[in-house]
Amino acid sequence: MNSIIRSTARCLRAGNTLYRSNQVNGHLSFVSVRLCSSDAIQKNLGEMVKKDKVVVFMKGTPAQPMCGFSNAVVQILRMHGVDEYTSYNVLEDQDIRQGVKTFSNWPTIPQVFFNGEFVGGCDILLQMHQNGDLVDELQKLGIRSALLDAEKESK
Amino acid sequence: MLSGALRCVRPTIHTIALSRQLAHFRPQMEAGGNRPVETAIRTKLTQAFQPEHMEVLNESHMHAVPPGSESHFRVLVVSTQFEGQSLLQRHRMVNEALREELSTCVHALAIQAKTPQQWGSNPSLAKSPPCLGGSKHDSTVAEKLKAGRD
Repeated sequence: MNSIIRSTARCLRAGNTLYRSNQVNGHLSFVSVRLCSSDAIQKNLGEMVKKDKVVVFMKGTPAQPMCGFSNAVVQILRMHGVDEYTSYNVLEDQDIRQGVKTFSNWPTIPQVFFNGEFVGGCDILLQMHQNGDLVDELQKLGIRSALLDAEKESK
Repeated sequence: MLSGALRCVRPTIHTIALSRQLAHFRPQMEAGGNRPVETAIRTKLTQAFQPEHMEVLNESHMHAVPPGSESHFRVLVVSTQFEGQSLLQRHRMVNEALREELSTCVHALAIQAKTPQQWGSNPSLAKSPPCLGGSKHDSTVAEKLKAGRD
């Protein structure tokens, strides 16, 4: 037990996940001290959400969404001509899946970030699209919504 | 075109097959119309927002989860408490009220949070997008469903 506490403390100081051999009941076992890796994940998420102007945590990928709500986010962005963005498939990484919920204090997926700032999930993006706010927010990112061009053409 | 149609049909077939397989695991909450999670959601939202209008819909049947599940919900809350609050703030308020359910058995929560004025000018409930089967092979959803039953 003491060795686990010591290794945890060392881990917290180092801020890394470490693997440590332990002797438990006469058997050698490798113990992955994952207690501190959640801090590392939160730190990583802080960088991940800033990686691009638009970052989406979703189920599946933009090419193949695995959830109706995630798909709705992809489709809304596509309607505005936003096809190039960074997306993370939370189904492939449970640490990221749980970590992003802690990071943004938001309980569900999908999650949308603009310039590293949490915007909301599917419902919020849909309402922003419906009330015209999304066009404005994209403009602030330096992205011209395709809907503006579509409007122009119809006039 | 045919492959597109097949792509739509295939997930449905899987869902039906899954439903048949899991039918005999129907949770006991179904008996006598007992819906504890829905009841808890209604109670908490009423307490938190004193809403002028509220709708709580169990949409679990629209998703790849066993019949009788209480895992996917859509809520509409109309309350003066949302006045002056951004969309994000409103949704966070709803999430906070349902924190316990969201951390245990509720896997998805679609939210509409309107002021009485907004509801008056557009009294419509949004529709959820069609399921793409993500919950089917999702062990965390299975855990949440179990949490709902226990």
